[in-house]
Amino acid sequence: MTERSIISLDQVDKVFPVGDGKFYALKQIDLNFEEGEFAGLVGPSGSGKTTLLNVIGALDKPSRGRVSVLGQDVSQLRAKESAHLRSEKLGFIFQTHNLLPVYTVYENIELPLLLLRTPASERKKMIMETLEWVGLTDKWKSKPNKLSGGQCQRAAIARVMVKRPQIVLADEPTANLDAENSHMILKTMKKLNQELKTTFIFSTHDEKVIQYLVRKITLTDGKVTQDEIVNKLKESR
Amino acid sequence: MIYFLCKGLLRDRSRSLIPFLVVTVGVALTVLMEAWISGAVGDIIETNAKFKDGHLKVLSRSYAEQQSQYPLDLSLTDTQHWLQILRQKYPSVNWQMRIYFGGLLDFPDENGETMAQGPVAGTGIDLLSPDSKEKEYFNLNSALVKGTLPQNPGEILVTDQFFERLHLSIGQSATLISVGMDGGMAVHAFKVVGTINFGVTGLDRGAIIADVSDVQEALNMIDATSEIFGYFKAGRFLKQQAMTISQMFNQAYSKPNDPFSPVMQTFLDGDIGQAMGFMDRYLAFILIIFVFIMAIVLWNSGIMNGIRRYGEIGIRLAMGETKNHIYFTMLGEALIVGIIGSILGTMVGLIPAYYLQEVGFDISSMMGSTTSSILISTIMRAQINSMTFWIGFIPGVLATGVGTLMAGIAIYQRQTAELFKELEI
Repeated sequence: MTERSIISLDQVDKVFPVGDGKFYALKQIDLNFEEGEFAGLVGPSGSGKTTLLNVIGALDKPSRGRVSVLGQDVSQLRAKESAHLRSEKLGFIFQTHNLLPVYTVYENIELPLLLLRTPASERKKMIMETLEWVGLTDKWKSKPNKLSGGQCQRAAIARVMVKRPQIVLADEPTANLDAENSHMILKTMKKLNQELKTTFIFSTHDEKVIQYLVRKITLTDGKVTQDEIVNKLKESR
Repeated sequence: MIYFLCKGLLRDRSRSLIPFLVVTVGVALTVLMEAWISGAVGDIIETNAKFKDGHLKVLSRSYAEQQSQYPLDLSLTDTQHWLQILRQKYPSVNWQMRIYFGGLLDFPDENGETMAQGPVAGTGIDLLSPDSKEKEYFNLNSALVKGTLPQNPGEILVTDQFFERLHLSIGQSATLISVGMDGGMAVHAFKVVGTINFGVTGLDRGAIIADVSDVQEALNMIDATSEIFGYFKAGRFLKQQAMTISQMFNQAYSKPNDPFSPVMQTFLDGDIGQAMGFMDRYLAFILIIFVFIMAIVLWNSGIMNGIRRYGEIGIRLAMGETKNHIYFTMLGEALIVGIIGSILGTMVGLIPAYYLQEVGFDISSMMGSTTSSILISTIMRAQINSMTFWIGFIPGVLATGVGTLMAGIAIYQRQTAELFKELEI
């Protein structure tokens, strides 16, 4: 673990019981992530990408080893403390936008701030600023069913970014989008990463996503088989 | 957050409409049922109190034991003495003598021969004293069908059905043939001055109303009466007060070993009063049934809702909302639906309840041959009372709460580790 690490995994195993035996979803993972990284977990299905995101995102606990996220030992956190960590510091982007259909884009983005009890006056400012980042200022009154798939995913990104999380975990965020929208989404995230120094960690096997990564971590059968800086130049892309 | 939830509720009809309709209908039915039962029970209480049991009554201990047989030989004596005590000690109650008796009423023709006769149930009440409330209690002015109310001693009223059946005429002489207090035969002449119809099947078949002094004279009951009836001046039966007064009176004046000493009973001590206790339990039972049925429907609707909102709950868990918070916000939503549904359901239920209170429901055709000892009005009415306005909230709010409590348990079964997989689609 380095001084600049905001996430560190030390000899982490995640084991699931299967019948009478055990299945190792993660095996002796040692990883560190620094602030502002734009990293991707790459590998085939069943390689442990999502399990690793779960552990980093305090959605699951490791079976063995230590996971530290923003100075907190995830394996020691109680459910309420994990929820608190997710609420304040982490953001999740899923394959589908999962916007709440009865609420407008504005209201969907407002929800995390309501949960954080942010005052109304600040909320409005934060939401409008976030909408500007993702280019949806003119759609703030629209319901999700009036938006395209790409716009919905951008709204979902805005819902994550509005609370200014330090870490964003994204699971195949472009899986349901066409190439044009995928690039638009990735550019948006890249911009947020550079402007806000938010750490992005992706789980993906999508080549379009991989093109944007700065750091690529390859997982095979629950083990890190490769951890490389793909291209420093991409940071300025 | 509450405002945010309310917006969601209003916009998402499938989240709010079905629970809302279930609550509204259930509450409306509860409100109507309560008003109807209150009306029916209240009517039975007041009808039986007026004609049969009083709110309170004083009688001799031995008469009390056999009161269903109206044993005049066991009547209460020293009536004026007891009346004075009662009126002095318990001024919140109107105290009146009343004598129930039976007999044969014979109507002679111009030659003095029997023209017609029939058995009657007689009631002697204070008709002639200016301060008597008995006319009011018996509602005689409204009940009068033909002729006039008795103005002088010796005048009686007969029920209109009896009058028509025997083809009588107003001003007709009548001879009461009965048994006096001393056990001897009693014969007394009266004059029919009017006919009445109480709208109470048990009374309207064959009853006469006479002044209590005339009845005392006819049945040799000098300073005696079968019962002294008490009616609260408030105009309705006051359970707690009635029990206190009867307890105080009996402690002070009733001697357990003296069969002729007075004893005071409340309406609840009579057969009807005891039966009314069952009505309260019946109402509670209906409420429980409504809560149960509504809770099951709302539970089901809550589960459907939980399935529909699976993604939303998942996202909220991922955002860092605790399971407890999600559970309680869902309970909050349910309470909002429950309260609004209860308000609307109460309003909806009050409409037919008001109609049934004002117009009533004529059950005379169903009571043609009834021989029940309970006096029931031929027109049953609902009664809107203070309870009608709040009772619907019990099943309304409770059922939505219980339904959501049960359905919401599924939230605690969600595993955060599964969220990425669950939210893929």
